Amino acid sequence: MSILVVADHDNETIKAPTLVTVAAAAAIGGEIEVLVAGENCAAAGEAASKIAGVSKVLVADNAVYAHALAENVAMLVVELGSNYSHILTATTTSGKNFMPRVAALLDVAQISDISGVVSEDTFERPIYAGNAIATVQSSDSIKVLTVRGTAFDPVAAEGGSASVEAIDIATDTGLTTWDRDEIVKLERPELTAASIIISGGRGMQNGENFALLESVADKLGAAMGASRAAVDAGFVPNDMQVGQTGKIVAPDLYIAVGISGAIQHLAGMKDSKVIVAINKDEDAPIFQVADYGLVADLFKAVPELDSML
Amino acid sequence: MKVLVTVKRVVDYNVNVRVLSDHSGVDLNNVKMSVNPFDEIAIEEAVRLKEAGTAEEVVVVSIGTSACQEQIRTALALGADRGILVETDEVMQPLAIAKLMKVLIEKEQPGLVITGKQAIDDDNSQTGQMIAALAGLSQATFASDLAIGDGSATVTREIDGGLETITVKLPAIVTTDLRLNEPRYASLPNIMKAKKKPIDTYTPADLGVEVAPRITTLKVMPPAERQAGIIVETVEELVDKLKNEAKVIS
Repeated sequence: MSILVVADHDNETIKAPTLVTVAAAAAIGGEIEVLVAGENCAAAGEAASKIAGVSKVLVADNAVYAHALAENVAMLVVELGSNYSHILTATTTSGKNFMPRVAALLDVAQISDISGVVSEDTFERPIYAGNAIATVQSSDSIKVLTVRGTAFDPVAAEGGSASVEAIDIATDTGLTTWDRDEIVKLERPELTAASIIISGGRGMQNGENFALLESVADKLGAAMGASRAAVDAGFVPNDMQVGQTGKIVAPDLYIAVGISGAIQHLAGMKDSKVIVAINKDEDAPIFQVADYGLVADLFKAVPELDSML
Repeated sequence: MKVLVTVKRVVDYNVNVRVLSDHSGVDLNNVKMSVNPFDEIAIEEAVRLKEAGTAEEVVVVSIGTSACQEQIRTALALGADRGILVETDEVMQPLAIAKLMKVLIEKEQPGLVITGKQAIDDDNSQTGQMIAALAGLSQATFASDLAIGDGSATVTREIDGGLETITVKLPAIVTTDLRLNEPRYASLPNIMKAKKKPIDTYTPADLGVEVAPRITTLKVMPPAERQAGIIVETVEELVDKLKNEAKVIS
């Protein structure tokens, strides 16, 4: 068996979910090759060659792969992909964007967001916002999988010494052009990479009040998250959303502030190692999953917490 | 321009699903079924395009058992003009749906197809992208803003870390994210009017598509239960527990 892992990267570095994806590939077993497709992405290719357990890195460095446009990346992966038994990528917005195109063009099903490997053709994945775990078996010749970023322990980013091969395939479908990115400059860790996360919900009442959480986040080196209710209410941007339709996280410590704990939110954070809930409603469902619950007015408790750190 | 919108019949957002004791799936008996919430956003966006004069017709497609007519009627009550039901009792998976949609796109020649970014039952997030791939069309997934231009559409997408704006050639497939719009509620007169709107019915065989599932579900289990922890009385106690018991902060 040989496995192709399509890397999520920023042309310079390999993003953390890719290390989790390589771990999933290792659990399947077989030769692991990593594809880095981008523009001026040699540094990312170099970084990929150091990932533990990777035997070969394929670097497709071409303007047509800039911004990882799904149409072009999918064409590349399809062209390379028939040589592999499995094609994997991380369940990131980039992976979710191009991978189903790959599966459809190869005429195989995709198994999204796997959380476990049972055998080379059988995988576990959460359904219904994580309220059930399905074990599914693929009958296709090539298994196309996306991997849940919290489901496997990431492999080491250093220590490997894979060969690097340049790939000279450039397909431009001309269907889509990139205009611009508005990436929020983070002074804090990214949500999916953070070891501590503090999230606010509807109980925060407005966007300004998130400053209370920011101060705690800064002291803890934590990332900031939010429930869908807080996003829907316009308090904070959508990329902060933790939950079924947002990001799936599993930090060492997750602090939920003013979050009631709808199942859709729990779906995104209940694999966290330690969960703290601060909520004034003692019947809030969040307390059923919290290791430490504090029934209190967040506008008193959070500043007090802040002063003690 | 004609806009094609897909709707999936799913377990209602507010239902707490339970795994069946024989682990064959989740309990769907007497459970409220609704339009997938992201598809409601897709319907809303299409209806707004019609109200703005950008679209002439909104056609809503659902694929599944005859019960999916309910969800088509809901979409018609929200402002779609006519419905298409591809009726089958087979377990439908994204690849098969994409193949059916490819044929319907050839038949209907829409200028735009809008789908939800994921269905809240299987959480796959595949179908829109697969439709685009098989139909050879451009895609703009996870859209939070859509502007139709001359032969193209400019779409702002929700991506990890922020937003990306791309321009796609039309016809294109757009999949909806939460903030694209806020869906309206159907008014009673519109619900009554929707009953008279036409729904065409096909079978997968009519469309010449093989829909047998490629993926077999072997079992469905409840997730590992998390033990509820303790209630602390004060912030001080909380900080102490985090430092000395859980050892997650220093």
